[in-house]
Amino acid sequence: MVKIVEKRQLTPITKLYRVEAPLIAKAASAGQFVIVRVREGGERIPLTITDYDREKGLLTIVVQEVGATTRRLGRLEEGEEILDMVGPLGEAPEIPAGGHIVGVGGGYGSAALLCLMRELKDRGEKTTIIMGAREKDLLILSDELGEICDNVEICTDDGSAGFKGFVTERLQELIDGAGPGRPDYVIAIGPMPMMRAVEKTTRAAGIANTASLDPLMIDGTGMCGGCRVTIGGEVKFACVDGPFFDAHEVDFDEAVSRSKMYVKEEQQAAACQRTTAGAS
Amino acid sequence: MPVKRTDKTPMPVREPEMRARDFDEVNEGYCFSHAMFEAERCLRCQDPVCIDGCPVRVPIADFMHAIAAGNMPKASEILRTANPLAAICGRVCPQESQCELKCHMTKRFGPVAIGHLERFVSDWEMEQPVNEEVLEPWRDEKIAIVGSGPSGLVCAGELARMGYHVTVYEALHAPGGVLRYGIPEFRLPNNILDWEIDSLRRLGVEFINNVIIGKTIQLEALFGEMGYSAVFIGTGAGLPKFMGIPGESLNGVYSANEFLTRINLMQAFEFPRAETPLKVGKRVAVIGSGNTAMDAVRSALRLGAEHAMVVYRRSENEMTARIEEYEHAIEEGVEFHWLTNPIEVLGEDGWVTGLKCMRMELGEPDESGRARPVPIEGSEFVFPVDNVVLSIGTRPNPLLSKATPGLKTHSWGGLLVDERQVEQQQ
Ligand SMILES: Cc1cc2nc3c(=O)[nH]c(=O)nc-3n(C[C@H](O)[C@H](O)[C@H](O)COP(=O)(O)OP(=O)(O)OC[C@H]3O[C@@H](n4cnc5c(N)ncnc54)[C@H](O)[C@@H]3O)c2cc1C
Ligand code: FES
Repeated sequence: MVKIVEKRQLTPITKLYRVEAPLIAKAASAGQFVIVRVREGGERIPLTITDYDREKGLLTIVVQEVGATTRRLGRLEEGEEILDMVGPLGEAPEIPAGGHIVGVGGGYGSAALLCLMRELKDRGEKTTIIMGAREKDLLILSDELGEICDNVEICTDDGSAGFKGFVTERLQELIDGAGPGRPDYVIAIGPMPMMRAVEKTTRAAGIANTASLDPLMIDGTGMCGGCRVTIGGEVKFACVDGPFFDAHEVDFDEAVSRSKMYVKEEQQAAACQRTTAGAS
Repeated sequence: MPVKRTDKTPMPVREPEMRARDFDEVNEGYCFSHAMFEAERCLRCQDPVCIDGCPVRVPIADFMHAIAAGNMPKASEILRTANPLAAICGRVCPQESQCELKCHMTKRFGPVAIGHLERFVSDWEMEQPVNEEVLEPWRDEKIAIVGSGPSGLVCAGELARMGYHVTVYEALHAPGGVLRYGIPEFRLPNNILDWEIDSLRRLGVEFINNVIIGKTIQLEALFGEMGYSAVFIGTGAGLPKFMGIPGESLNGVYSANEFLTRINLMQAFEFPRAETPLKVGKRVAVIGSGNTAMDAVRSALRLGAEHAMVVYRRSENEMTARIEEYEHAIEEGVEFHWLTNPIEVLGEDGWVTGLKCMRMELGEPDESGRARPVPIEGSEFVFPVDNVVLSIGTRPNPLLSKATPGLKTHSWGGLLVDERQVEQQQ
């Protein structure tokens, strides 16, 4: 059982939790994740570690409500407990030193970049974050990221804040010399189509690019192989070999297809949850 | 006492048509008269060789005598002292290649049903009132166990009985290892496992789930700041192998571990009440021939597959599953395709549609001493299938050894230990 000590609503469907998880906080590095289960009979889902506080033994996670489990999690309040949490899982990414490092985040991905960008900043790197959302109100943690990164590039589809357009369009502008200038290394975290588009952009420009893959997972220890992804023609288990992989080597077609394996079932589970609402 | 020269008393089982639709236990267990009758078949050999066939050397003849004499408390005490997981072993041990293989009755009449009787005694035990008092450790030393599979559980029980403080760390949210996530309830019901674990709790063993040694806590920290004097590593061999044939990452292809974990640990058979889904189509091919393959294929039947088949490149003689599971699978309608080697998983729009195979024939013995299967040229054909489940073996999980440079491993991933099975901490 993991106690929630703070809850913040970031957008109508995105919540930030600070939870008491001293062992995980102590062991965590930026870029790793946890697996949680919210109730008996519930699914196990991976969530990126947004931040950790070793002294206080606190871990920060950001949850975007997309299915039955995340919605159930989103209903938990301060003082309540998350049934199970295990981690830290996966390996922290190895990001080469020197040069201009650009994090590209979409959706909850900007949150996932938070402590990673801070570690890079502490290491003395020049950092930029390009964060995107449909509209201004859906942007998350832009203030916090603003404090950490040398430059923050905000993109919205409707132009309600920052650059009007996709993160990849702004990324292309940077590559062409605009704003903080051409990246030497790009970290992409977000929805699969976004990471794929970022990869296409960096490939054309010959820029190194890592992406954090989030396939379906169960155990997170390498035991089931459900999280397998193909990287440079080789099968890898994202939970233990990843979650960060060289984006240029990722078989995105397969990853996208596998991520859609249970779309119908997820809707069924969500419908079942609505009919039994309250009985969490 | 008269010795009965009769055949082995069959285990009462539920009707195949009924049981193949649910996850309730297949074997119903002996009644008292069955058990006494069967125990009396034991020849009381001067030199009970059955014990040599048992890895933990249960004094088999002694507990047989106790059952035959109707002295259940004694039977239970003898069994428990030698085997802390008797209710489980009685159900899943491969007796036919261990104790029962050695039994002097085996050749002429069939062995004494040692496994069934082990189960009978444990089932009796479970109905007795328990002393809820928790045993207090009387030694100062603390010992950590990594992994709560059968090896970790047995080790924990033995050490607790010797008076040590024992803590079991488990990566998953529930203890039991393969007993929890792998073996289905129709063979090993969860309440049996829970009962065994509760008995260990009463011996003073502490269970901590959701902790991965090497990730959440480092091995060095167990010895160092956490003050454990010894650590037992029982992390199992849980990493699934894939065949490396085209199409293995198509939707609808599972490792047996994933398939069974979704069912057993995550209760996918109760979807959507339980939220973890599993896609089981009308035609399911399971590749392999071990216990895991039998469990997977019989689970597929129970989840609605109309054709649940086992595809194996060798013949029936080389099959590694327990004989009882094989027989039960046949009764339930599982189809077996021997000497058939998968070479490609075929798909459409990202989903499995077929399994392309080659017929094989047996050639000269290979390194394992078994006849080598050789492909028959031009014999390719396709099974139309909706799912493929790979059950071709597992490797040791490298999580802990990767995180602990001091732990040395064999090339296959097993931990290097000395002849006493100990790796000294420097
Ligand atoms: C489906 C299936 C059916 C089987 N049927 C039979 C049968 O009928 N008869 C038979 O004799 N054998 C059977 N086997 C084989 C038998 O289950 C194994 O030999 C046995 O489980 C091995 O036990 P173990 O304790 O070594 O490991 P496991 O049971 O694998 O347990 C290891 C545990 O350690 C945990 N762990 C791993 N790494 C860490 C870490 N770093 N920190 C914390 N925890 C960790 C894992 O999560 C797991 O729970 C079967 C196997 C399978 C998969
Ligand atoms: S989640 Fe099971 S192996 Fe990665």
